Amino acid sequence: MLANVLRRLVTVVPTLIGVVIVTFLLTRVLPGDPAVYFAGPAATPESIADIRKSLGLDQSLAEQFLHYVIDLAHGNLGNSLATGQPVVSEIVSRLPASAELTLFGLIIAIAIAIPLGILAAVKQGSWVDHTCRVVATAGVSLPVFFTGLLLVYVFYYQLGWAPAPLGRLNVFYTAPPQVTGFYLIDSLIAGDFELFRASFAQLILPGATLAIFSLAPIARMTRASMLAVLASDYVRTARASGLSAYTVIVTYAFRNAMLPVITTLGMVFSFLLGANVLVEKVFAWPGIGSFAVEALIASDFAPVQGFVLTMAVMYVALNLIIDILYGVVDPRVRLEA
Amino acid sequence: MTDIAATTRPAAGLAALIRHSRYVIGENPVTGLAFGLFVLILIAALLGPWIVPYDPLASDTAAALAPPSAAHLFGTDQLGRDIFSRVVAATRLDFTIAVASVVLVFLMGGLAGVAAGYFGGWTDRIVSRIADTIMAFPLFVLAMGIVAALGNTVQNIVLATAIINFPLYARVARAEANIRREAGFVEAARLSGNGEWRILTFQILPNVFPLMVVQMSLTMGYAILNAAGLSFIGLGVRAPTPEWGIMVAEGAANIFSGEWWIAFFPGAALMIAVFCFNLLGDGMRDIVDPRRRT
Repeated sequence: MLANVLRRLVTVVPTLIGVVIVTFLLTRVLPGDPAVYFAGPAATPESIADIRKSLGLDQSLAEQFLHYVIDLAHGNLGNSLATGQPVVSEIVSRLPASAELTLFGLIIAIAIAIPLGILAAVKQGSWVDHTCRVVATAGVSLPVFFTGLLLVYVFYYQLGWAPAPLGRLNVFYTAPPQVTGFYLIDSLIAGDFELFRASFAQLILPGATLAIFSLAPIARMTRASMLAVLASDYVRTARASGLSAYTVIVTYAFRNAMLPVITTLGMVFSFLLGANVLVEKVFAWPGIGSFAVEALIASDFAPVQGFVLTMAVMYVALNLIIDILYGVVDPRVRLEA
Repeated sequence: MTDIAATTRPAAGLAALIRHSRYVIGENPVTGLAFGLFVLILIAALLGPWIVPYDPLASDTAAALAPPSAAHLFGTDQLGRDIFSRVVAATRLDFTIAVASVVLVFLMGGLAGVAAGYFGGWTDRIVSRIADTIMAFPLFVLAMGIVAALGNTVQNIVLATAIINFPLYARVARAEANIRREAGFVEAARLSGNGEWRILTFQILPNVFPLMVVQMSLTMGYAILNAAGLSFIGLGVRAPTPEWGIMVAEGAANIFSGEWWIAFFPGAALMIAVFCFNLLGDGMRDIVDPRRRT
């Protein structure tokens, strides 16, 4: 098991190298002269030359890449032009907000999509099956920012059930002392249930928006994979041996059907991390996505580059976890590897 | 993966293809509906600016923020612009962005993939490595990064959307070319003295083409969503231009004060367009590749 994990870890290395090269190249194709741009409108030729030197732009591409990698190794992603703060500290302080939102959305999606997909497969052709099919097709067609705004209109403006969609907490509350950075967990650690309720209320709408978006591929895959498994010989044998429907479906079919679903999760994460940016903008969520959007609008490039790199590294890590999980669920993968 | 047009004589093949398509569509009326919607979108994209009741850019502050009515079907926005006219006029830009990016990735990914699958070796290694590296990024995030780096223009949105779809096309084309590399008809062509490039162009490409067309219609919806998402966060399309993503962004603040129609109609148009392309893509796949029918 451990050897497998290590072997898989090694395969991540070329991917990470690729990611670093691409994020480096993204800055090099910046239109115009970055030095002129960083110097601002009131620049003289001397100040531009100074900035070029301080940015290292007078060196060869290989040297610049080397400096970039050394900076990365020291955890330096440059400074934000707008705030003057190091990009790393900004990203680190905002990451828990994004992570809490994304994981919350994913958990809702899985909790709904997997039972729905299983039911649709077991009762093929029933209304559950049709619901599943509509959800799966409609879900991928919904622009996530549009779903978010619709939910805000219905549940905040019309019904008044949800709080104003402005960030992680209402202004009347102060954030719990930071342990994990997840308000839901931190407020429980602090024993403040009122705060837990408040942060949960803020999280529901953006979480539901992300869930609706990521439901579709999971439900579709669960259904397809369950259908294939239910038609297999070993399920027929299990049924013929007189095992109860519950044992057949949950013990035999479900575990085998989960494998393709776990693989799909990799793709779902790709969508989810992208959709996160849009949802954060709609709900004024103070995560790394809205940080990147603000920087994009202000043409502040270092934060965008740091953001793209962080997201890519997280995505690579998530895919690694999925692969390891795959080995845990399916012993055959372990044997073959 | 049976290619009907290739296995029968051309004229009879076309007739058979039409008959087969009619059969598949008849069996799945949803595909028919999607096709109808597609024609509607096409008309809006082609004739949009001439059939709308108002100038999509003309503001009329006296009629600002009017709810949907007989005069203004979808209501008006903060500047009194008619939302119906803007939604219809926006079809052209959104459709053009999607088509352009899909055609671009078809050329880039399709050719690279076919070459990788057919030649193998270094070509394959380079193309696969590029595809893997792109896949290592969350795709929308990469698109943001590309547009930010190349500059905030509509052309770069097209390019970014094409790049993030590259791995999908390259992989399908590579797999299809790879299985045909040693096929009988390819061997025959090789034995009769055709060069590798000639075989690639006249034997392999025509066989991979139908599947790439399916891939194009399957990714059209995603391309529209992606472009609208980018313009929603303020990239690419500039303010007065009618475009669905930016129109939703413009109406987002008004949701809080109850003027839902400003963001709702462009958002709904976007949703219907994507829905239509997704259904159409599934339908196309059923026609070309019956084994993957669900």
